Amino acid sequence: MPQSTALRRHARAWLLAGAMLACFGAAAAAKPFEDSIAQRAQACTFCHGEQGRAGPDGYYPRLAGKPAGYLYHQLLNFRDGRRHYGLMTRMVDVLSDAYLLEIAEYFAALDVPYAPPARPATPPPEPLLARGRELVQRGNPAMRLPACVQCHGERLTGALPAVPGLLGLPPDYLMAQLGGWRTGQRRAHEPDCMASVVQRLSDRDAHAIVSWLALKPVPADARPAPQAPPLPPGAPDLKCGAAPLPGAAR
Amino acid sequence: MKRWRVALGALLLALLLGGGALWLINFNDGIDIADPQPPAGDAAEQIERGAYLARTGNCLACHTARGGAPGAGGLALATPYGTLYTSNLTPDAEAGIGRWSAAAFWRALHHGRSADGRLLYPVFPYTHTTLLTRADADALFSYFRSLPASPLPVPEHELRWPYSTQLALAVWRALYFRPGGFEPDPAQDAAWNRGAYLVRGVAHCSACHASRDRWGGADWRDLSGGLMAAQGWYAPSLLDAREAGLAQWPTAEIVRLLKTGHADGGSASGPMAEVVLHGTQHFSDTDLSAMATYLKALPQAPATADSVTPAPRTPGRLAMAGEKLYQDRCASCHGEQGEGQPGAYPPLAGNRAVTLTRTENLLQTLLYGGFGPATAGHPRPYGMPPFTQVLSDADIAAVLSHIRSSWGNQAPEVSPLDVHTMRAALAQALPR
Repeated sequence: MPQSTALRRHARAWLLAGAMLACFGAAAAAKPFEDSIAQRAQACTFCHGEQGRAGPDGYYPRLAGKPAGYLYHQLLNFRDGRRHYGLMTRMVDVLSDAYLLEIAEYFAALDVPYAPPARPATPPPEPLLARGRELVQRGNPAMRLPACVQCHGERLTGALPAVPGLLGLPPDYLMAQLGGWRTGQRRAHEPDCMASVVQRLSDRDAHAIVSWLALKPVPADARPAPQAPPLPPGAPDLKCGAAPLPGAAR
Repeated sequence: MKRWRVALGALLLALLLGGGALWLINFNDGIDIADPQPPAGDAAEQIERGAYLARTGNCLACHTARGGAPGAGGLALATPYGTLYTSNLTPDAEAGIGRWSAAAFWRALHHGRSADGRLLYPVFPYTHTTLLTRADADALFSYFRSLPASPLPVPEHELRWPYSTQLALAVWRALYFRPGGFEPDPAQDAAWNRGAYLVRGVAHCSACHASRDRWGGADWRDLSGGLMAAQGWYAPSLLDAREAGLAQWPTAEIVRLLKTGHADGGSASGPMAEVVLHGTQHFSDTDLSAMATYLKALPQAPATADSVTPAPRTPGRLAMAGEKLYQDRCASCHGEQGEGQPGAYPPLAGNRAVTLTRTENLLQTLLYGGFGPATAGHPRPYGMPPFTQVLSDADIAAVLSHIRSSWGNQAPEVSPLDVHTMRAALAQALPR
């Protein structure tokens, strides 16, 4: 599968880089202790940046303002072996569904401004960006590739309850996630809709999508759409798995 | 020529006798696993009783892969002899125990032999479950039979030769394992005896808290502390007030620790956090009290000279370098004087986990952080961030030396070389 090797290599390089890079734990100015979820989340913000606005090295992604359902799923994925990063798994290993949901809801409710996207040293070529924009906004019916906006929202800021936004993320991070899905390093609850999409994506197209997304500024209102956008006529209806909420009837 | 023949004859005889002894020790259990007799008693009651034993004995923690179907096994267990995969205990006919009889299940627990006659590896603590009563074994069998069947086959063990052979296992068992039931001690009361049954059998505490020899054998009643080599944690001694001895703890605090993972005198971390989360928090208060009674009554190691009259120490160079790091990085939670934050962040002053001779646990906590177990009795624990990516070996040695020698703590320094050596080993034990 020569097509996938670049993605795979990318994912591996990224994992290695992550292991070596430092998470410059915020030397938090000593605040008085309080019995709150914010206090408890300090174990998270040490790497994910103050208020979960992302670590400085691009490896620890932003948490603030992402849909609670998405964050909750990721916490479960790390705990239950669908995503793989030893430090993260160790953090959530002995936590309950209910507590993980509370942590997810805490970060989801934070409204923290985004920094403008970083300008790459060499701007991506225009045809690549055009290809990226086309795939993000319209997909490719011939390849049975849905548009990103079909699930991630017209403004790409995600959609409640569990679809994340795609803007404000470093290109390396985005590329590594697509690579992770391709190799099975990153999985979601079954049916794993994103895995099925990534299987149809060529390296070149993944690169095009990521290049375009990484340059697009986050809109002033970065909140996720209140619900999934309506399905465009003829578009494949993706079935995506989800975890039942704690306490819900099973 | 004649002498040669005599020697050969003697050798053959010795082999024959040895082999016979090995066979007798390992295979002469006299259990008829073809006996189709199902467990006696009311089925629902049996399942409930079995569920209680399975939960408190923490069976599913090992017999479930990360994110896998409960009881379907397949969890990789790293040992110094290779990797073993836990078995599928669901009632699937092919992958699980669907074709097993209650007697076969009893033989596995009591004698450590599988239904197909093979000797089982002692990562399955039949060294402890051999103490279980037949009624408890039958209840467990009923419970596992009630789980949804999972057809997932379990991977083959990956053991190095000769550990992969049944002969090696037979020799190991001859050295370290005797099937035997639990004999109550008539000199002790009912609570002590119940506690002994739970600590030694069901909860199999000494699987971690006993010191093992180089072949992984131990005295299975021993609770004097053991290194969990593959995990990189040290299970502290329950016989020593300087480690995790409980003789001086009020019963209620021991119960609280096992029920919630958190007590005034310490909290559960690492593998013990998992044990509390999946296992001991599910014990009834009566059973926890019984365990506390037994644990409190364990003979305690006599205090050695240095623990009676601690020599006053002046902080070394390392510890002094660690002070600034401590104030910058640690004091906001653990307090300027290591006093901690009640109910949230443990004190470091007078904390046995800090002054323990073995420093694996301390290093694990500093490098990888983590939360306490989120139990029903303590559902929103506080957490410690991982410092492995921000602190060098020298920094870690300095800050650990500082906390081990400050505020009345009198433990020896940790050298950067110790940190360097242990850090490489611990990184191997992180979840993949």
